[in-house]
Amino acid sequence: MSLDKDAVMKVARLARLKITDEEATKYGGQLSNIIQFVEQLNEVDTDNVEPLASVVDIDLRLREDEITDGGIQDDVLANSPETLEGFFVVPKVVE
Amino acid sequence: MTNLTNMTMAEALKGLENKDFTSVELTQAHLDAMEAARHLNAYITETPEIAIKQAEESDKRRADGTAGLLEGIPVAVKDLFCTKGVQTTAGSHILEGFVPEYESTVTTKLFADGAVMLGKVNNDEFAMGSANTTSYYGKVINPWQRNDGSNAELAPGGSSGGSAAAVAARIAMAATGTDTGGSIRQPAAFCGITGIKPTYGRCSRWGIVAFSSSLDQAGSFARNVEDSALFLQSMSGFDPKDSTSADVEVPDFMSALQGDIKGLKVGIPKEYRVDGMPKEIEDIWQKGIEWVKDAGAEIVDVSLPHTKYALPTYYIIAPAECSSNLARYDGVKYGQRVEGEDLIDTYEKTRAAGFGDEVKRRIMIGTYALSSGYYDAYYIKAQKVRRLISNDFMEAYKKCDVLLTPTAPSAAFALGENEDDPIKMYLNDVFTVPASLAGLPGMSVPAGLNEQGLPLGLQIIGRPWDEATVLKVGQAVEKAANFIEMPSFNSKMAA
Repeated sequence: MSLDKDAVMKVARLARLKITDEEATKYGGQLSNIIQFVEQLNEVDTDNVEPLASVVDIDLRLREDEITDGGIQDDVLANSPETLEGFFVVPKVVE
Repeated sequence: MTNLTNMTMAEALKGLENKDFTSVELTQAHLDAMEAARHLNAYITETPEIAIKQAEESDKRRADGTAGLLEGIPVAVKDLFCTKGVQTTAGSHILEGFVPEYESTVTTKLFADGAVMLGKVNNDEFAMGSANTTSYYGKVINPWQRNDGSNAELAPGGSSGGSAAAVAARIAMAATGTDTGGSIRQPAAFCGITGIKPTYGRCSRWGIVAFSSSLDQAGSFARNVEDSALFLQSMSGFDPKDSTSADVEVPDFMSALQGDIKGLKVGIPKEYRVDGMPKEIEDIWQKGIEWVKDAGAEIVDVSLPHTKYALPTYYIIAPAECSSNLARYDGVKYGQRVEGEDLIDTYEKTRAAGFGDEVKRRIMIGTYALSSGYYDAYYIKAQKVRRLISNDFMEAYKKCDVLLTPTAPSAAFALGENEDDPIKMYLNDVFTVPASLAGLPGMSVPAGLNEQGLPLGLQIIGRPWDEATVLKVGQAVEKAANFIEMPSFNSKMAA
């Protein structure tokens, strides 16, 4: 499978990356090579093989339903480019 | 006074204990050396004030008789670990100016044991790279040079290139690293030092900037196996804040280094003899086999039949997880923001300006592999092959206790090489990626120099949770190799 310019543009849009036409052409070639490289996996017979999502053979732990932190609003907001009255500020989304 | 920057950690701890010098003196010697080595670009942020303050406090604790495991030892921290009050960039423009309000679990443990932080060291952007050339804060230069007088600047390996270069150039006694597909072991090999990635789950990932969560694992860089073991001891342990941190006991790695490797079965995987492998790599591997045999180990031929599929598997799984993890960089909560016409435009412009080429490529590959209609064909397929790769190792460990392989398919290459072709760069990790996919502990130990005077490393891969045996075999290789050469940078400084 190779990625043409339109396909790259679509992926970039999904990934929220603004790219130029020129970049789409450049990435198209590189991404197609990588896709071709990974398509070697089609040679491997994986019938009846369970996907491996985690190498750690543990069940997710449950903890006591207790409040262990909080009250750190200032810390949470400290690195934001723009805040107002305890909130993150973003460009207007509702007219 | 003895050369304070050329000691091992174990020697320095003895010197501190004997009052031969103080932590402040030891730390100042390293800060001076860092200044003289700035052209290597190993550090993104130097923290001399913090270092001296921590050293003073350390000297006080030692005087009070409450010295910790790493009391007074000056170390470097990869800029992927969040450090409270100190900028943490992950090598990316998008995190420029990000000052965490919290401390990673690993650095918390190091400081609790008395370590002194010299600064934050450079790495490939979000740890994506094998040459430390993708950092927004510039390339790191390997302190080693070829002996042909060419003065060509060489890559330190990546992604933990700053960590490896700093420890090799004697501007840190040890350093933290992270390894997703070889990011500790390959730079350790390129810089002639030891680097160990423990079993996935051994060190907490809490407070480490995430790249590929099912693969990322912290580990240590040092100049010998004993120091690596000591540093890793401090970093390891269960952390309830990381859901994949393993609640298993951490053995005493130092005591594991006592004793020999007689009767141990060392597996040699035949699939690691790849086509076109340089003779120098083949030769150093053969030497390593002879060394462990001489030390009393038994050599066993084993097969890991799915080895050739490890890289393609990795280059689906790692980008897929990266595209998901890096979705958080949206210019709202932290980091850089580029204002757009509306919210979506702000996201897109922020991310376009904040991420470098390699990171964008991986985000797009991952997005593609996870997108509707392709998810089963790429991502699920890769997870299935990942299980086969993991099963290969478990099969091999029925016949042997550890595996011995080369760490990388070449010595350090020149900066600028391998950059035009992403896949060529990916091939650097051909021997390290399989163990990462299986979550296994792996270590690189310097084994000798090639004809150009550059270090070559050997890799030891162990069973899950068996870092102890990995370290023990690593030390046997270290003893036999007797690797005492210094990087060209340090030989020139001394001359």
